[in-house]
Amino acid sequence: MTFEEIHQKLLAKFPQAVQGIEETVPEKSLKIHPEHIVSVIRFMKDEMQFETLGDLCGLDYPALSASCVAYHMQSYAHKKVVRLKCYLPREGAAIESVTSLFKAANWLEREAFDMFGIRFNGHPELRRILCPEDWVGHPLRKDYQTPDYYNGMPVPLYFDNPNESTAGNAHK
Amino acid sequence: MSTTHELVEGHLSQSLENLRTDELLLNMGPQHPSTHGVLRVVVTTDGEIVKAAKPEIGYLHRCFEKHSENVDYMGVAPYVDRLDYLASMNNAMGWAIAVEGMVGIEVPRRAEFIRVITAELQRIASHLMSFGTYGLDMGAFTAFMFGFRDREMILDIFEMMSGARLLYNYMWVGGVSRDITPEAIAKIKAFLDYFEPKIDEYNDLLSFNKIFIERTKDVGVIDVDTCHSYGLTGVMLRGCGVKWDLRKEVPYSIYKEVEFDVPVGSGEMGTLGDCWDRHIVRMREMKESVRIVRQLIDNIPSGPHRGKVGKVVKVPAGESFSRTECPRGELAFYIVSDGSAKPFRVRCKSPCFLNISTLDELTRGVMVADLIATIGSLDIVLGEVDR
Repeated sequence: MTFEEIHQKLLAKFPQAVQGIEETVPEKSLKIHPEHIVSVIRFMKDEMQFETLGDLCGLDYPALSASCVAYHMQSYAHKKVVRLKCYLPREGAAIESVTSLFKAANWLEREAFDMFGIRFNGHPELRRILCPEDWVGHPLRKDYQTPDYYNGMPVPLYFDNPNESTAGNAHK
Repeated sequence: MSTTHELVEGHLSQSLENLRTDELLLNMGPQHPSTHGVLRVVVTTDGEIVKAAKPEIGYLHRCFEKHSENVDYMGVAPYVDRLDYLASMNNAMGWAIAVEGMVGIEVPRRAEFIRVITAELQRIASHLMSFGTYGLDMGAFTAFMFGFRDREMILDIFEMMSGARLLYNYMWVGGVSRDITPEAIAKIKAFLDYFEPKIDEYNDLLSFNKIFIERTKDVGVIDVDTCHSYGLTGVMLRGCGVKWDLRKEVPYSIYKEVEFDVPVGSGEMGTLGDCWDRHIVRMREMKESVRIVRQLIDNIPSGPHRGKVGKVVKVPAGESFSRTECPRGELAFYIVSDGSAKPFRVRCKSPCFLNISTLDELTRGVMVADLIATIGSLDIVLGEVDR
């Protein structure tokens, strides 16, 4: 099953949901309307033999003022991975959770929430997973500023001059 | 006057009435020998029965994805080594393949041979660690010693090849950092001759040991549907009988040219997909890895060990999701490039992260000792779970 066949099949079933193809190299992605993501993924799982959610992660596009959730649907039958992308408004991003379809989504969505602040409606326990519970901010957003203090402890900056080393930029 | 027997009976019934039967919240970790790293499991127990086991992760979070956005593509490679620090070579190979796929770099054949040889040796080293620590979890100390002794030999070989023992920075984009020397080849051959019979010895020692079988059979059973729902890959999937190995099904590098079998669990000792099945799949995979290295070690073609790659790797704008088969499952890198020198977004899909997320479901209503057996059989490395 080629990417184009998958696109056509989804387009025939969900004309409003499929918003188009992102022509990226080496792999393309399918743009899906956030409102229909659960039904699209359910259809892919039940009817198109995409048995597994290979990955779910967030992305941040300040230039488009959008947050994005990328779903990697993985099929053992077709030996293929297909990427679905849902663009959300950058502020107050929220999308329906797919935990009802894949148990893997539980932790993956928690991570996307932790790192990007994307809310997943219907998630059983949406709380931080990698950062401490009382951490402020969502670190993988492009405008994230490292706090100077965490619970009264100074957050170390390893390089005084961030221009001296590429690694020092990690904190800016 | 009541008899002694009646006195004891009375006392017993009285103390049973006063017996507290409420649940106990037990904090296992983050520093606990059998959590294989800094994992914390909040266990709710009712006597010896586990009611719930909630893993709390994040103690080893080192912001890999954030760091990656601030260094160039070559600069990410050393960070990748530190994800799964027991299988650095495999991780680094995954990263190199992901970047090469985006740029379209041709890797010299000599480099491909060296890569697969080192990756398979690393797989053996990683499984030896798993074998040793799993033995230790089950109370068998000898396995741990044997596992570490043989792993040490592989680390010596890697030290010869790369200069480091644990975090190699060996697989570079376009090839490998140093050429393999005849001395290293001789040492690898000597190791293979030494190690191959040892696998059977270790199976006799641990895998077919009656106590070990009793501890691991019918424990932590995973079926195929659970595997798919949790996105489990690698040994977890093969342990429940699914013959799926990326090296075979979606071959990368030169895996197409080598012959090897994919061992799967078959419920030999108990239920299909139990801890013992996962353990034996790892043991048998080591044998297959030896087979792969044997096929390649005598036929390494001459030529350069690294393709023509500039000092800064220029990656065109695009997106790629590239998977490789690591000892703990399918490690995937999702790279989004905007055409600049640094990645726009790097996402590491870690197999261990999903493996450990099953713990709560696998251990509902089992004995506390089985919880340890299950954690050990998941073979997690917290460096990769937390990234």
